[in-house]
Amino acid sequence: MASNFSIKHQPGFTAIAATCFVVLYLPILVLVIYAFNAATSTSEWGGFSLKWFQSAYQNTQVIDATLRSFQIGAIAAVLSTIFATMAALATTRTASYPGLTFKYAAINQPLMVPEIVTAVALLIFFSRIKIFTGYSGLGYLIAAHTAFCIPFAYLPIRARLENMDLTLERAAADLYATPWKTFRRITLPLLWPGILAGLMLAFVISLDDVVITEFVKSGGQDTLPTYMLGQIRRGITPEINAISTAFLLLSVAIVTLFFFVSRKRD
Amino acid sequence: MPDKPDRNAIEVVNVSKIFGSGEGQVAALDKVSVSIRENEFFTLLGPSGCGKTTLLRLIAGFDFPTAGEILLYGQDIAPLPPFKRPVNTVFQSYALFPHMTVADNIGFGLEMLGKPKAEIKARVAEMLKLVKMEALAGRRTAQISGGQQQRVALARALAPQPKVLLLDEPLSALDYKLRKEMQIELKRLQHETGITFIFVTHDQEEALTMSDRIAVMSSGKILQVGSPWDIYDKPADRFVADFIGETNFLTAAISSVGNGKARATLKSGATVEATVADGFQPKDNATVVVRPEHAKLTKDKGDLAGTVDNIVYFGTDTHIHVHLDSGEAFTVRQQNSRSAGCGFERGDKVGILIGNDAAQVLRD
Repeated sequence: MASNFSIKHQPGFTAIAATCFVVLYLPILVLVIYAFNAATSTSEWGGFSLKWFQSAYQNTQVIDATLRSFQIGAIAAVLSTIFATMAALATTRTASYPGLTFKYAAINQPLMVPEIVTAVALLIFFSRIKIFTGYSGLGYLIAAHTAFCIPFAYLPIRARLENMDLTLERAAADLYATPWKTFRRITLPLLWPGILAGLMLAFVISLDDVVITEFVKSGGQDTLPTYMLGQIRRGITPEINAISTAFLLLSVAIVTLFFFVSRKRD
Repeated sequence: MPDKPDRNAIEVVNVSKIFGSGEGQVAALDKVSVSIRENEFFTLLGPSGCGKTTLLRLIAGFDFPTAGEILLYGQDIAPLPPFKRPVNTVFQSYALFPHMTVADNIGFGLEMLGKPKAEIKARVAEMLKLVKMEALAGRRTAQISGGQQQRVALARALAPQPKVLLLDEPLSALDYKLRKEMQIELKRLQHETGITFIFVTHDQEEALTMSDRIAVMSSGKILQVGSPWDIYDKPADRFVADFIGETNFLTAAISSVGNGKARATLKSGATVEATVADGFQPKDNATVVVRPEHAKLTKDKGDLAGTVDNIVYFGTDTHIHVHLDSGEAFTVRQQNSRSAGCGFERGDKVGILIGNDAAQVLRD
């Protein structure tokens, strides 16, 4: 009996699944459709037009915020992936010892502490430094993004390392490879898919962040999400839909790219 | 190749390996000493947990001894990391690099040694030919079968011409037929390359058929080192006799010990002549062992008397399990002939004849 049990054939399964998909995707679909609305409303259809995309593209604030998002995201993703790789190597390539679990928790702290708490803490902390040093550049945002991206980069890298056969590194050492050569020739190539996954994930998480960015940013340091948040306060036009649609396409493109890259690797 | 059969390739001197500390510490190796000669096929044999793999890892450099020395041609290599030892390993899981081709795997050791490209290429070609894998040189290691992976692992470990090749149960993942083939193949490779092989296995049959000499290990100690013949026919103690092949154990009263012989009076009252292991002074009571193929079953009165319990047919021979009147169990192995049956049936009252030279008195 137990072997014949299939959740797919339970009553209501199809209905629940369909409801979930509708709730998830219908709002996004509506948002995308209204990005092409010729009218100024986000709820009344006024014919097909690309004018909101054009208007977003010509809006220098949008372009500025987008470029800033990319800049912060790229730097934070690379830095956090480097740190995450080192952390993953240090926490998997060792025998278990007292305190290791605590280190996992410390590395993954941003996943557990409410984001708003981190945001307030960083606001207070950075404002002190600002007063002290007079520096008010993008460095604060990059540091904050790097910190909260580390666990996202860390998880896929650690998963990859844990599935990797330790004997391979032993075999390389047995065949006269020094520890550095073993890392370069064996560990790193086999770890690449994990590192790439970590990098992509960190980049997407950084691009998407609102709460910490909103608290930490100085004047004129809007990223795309904080700019959009600011716009909504002033009343919505389909320009927001157009920006969201472009953002969505970008995310899908990144995920697709990663999918193909990682498939080729394996 | 120079033939100096009495030169030692590896000397393990008083090596101990202790894991853990305080109350929970375990001696995986307890003051082990053994010499492995140049060019020999040497096997470390024992049940799992006996320390054979630990000893192999110490020789490879994946672990370091708590005490003692490991000499490679007279030089102590125990403190060296693995990449500084001219010793290569064939791993139980093969550990082929999945992101490289067969040829790149085989050439890896030479590349790390900084050999010129042309030399690596020539040597890889030679190795591919040695293990008959020329056709698959460009394949990824995931695209070849288990038996082929085994050959590549061998070629990869042999390519840098190590002074000693270590093999960690390399045949255990193969099916029976392939394993038989690889046993012969390994012997051939050892003969052709002239490299000293140290082979780890728990399979006594594998050890007997392949080795020049065998070290039988148990609980972190080496119990006996000798040729397969020595180990089988002159086991040093009860554990070795029991681990290698099948044996019957009988309790006997010992008298007139001398000249490597003793008189053993069995529980049945019969007295047989038994060989005494070197250096062993048996007390009044001792264990006498008799291999099943060295005893004969008879319908008349023999040295022992009992009832046939069970008859097991094995193709080449038949094992007849006898319940002795003294309460002990005894197995007799009888060669089969084509036409006749084994001549006995379950429940038969039988006698067992123990031939001259069949019984041995062993240390417990």
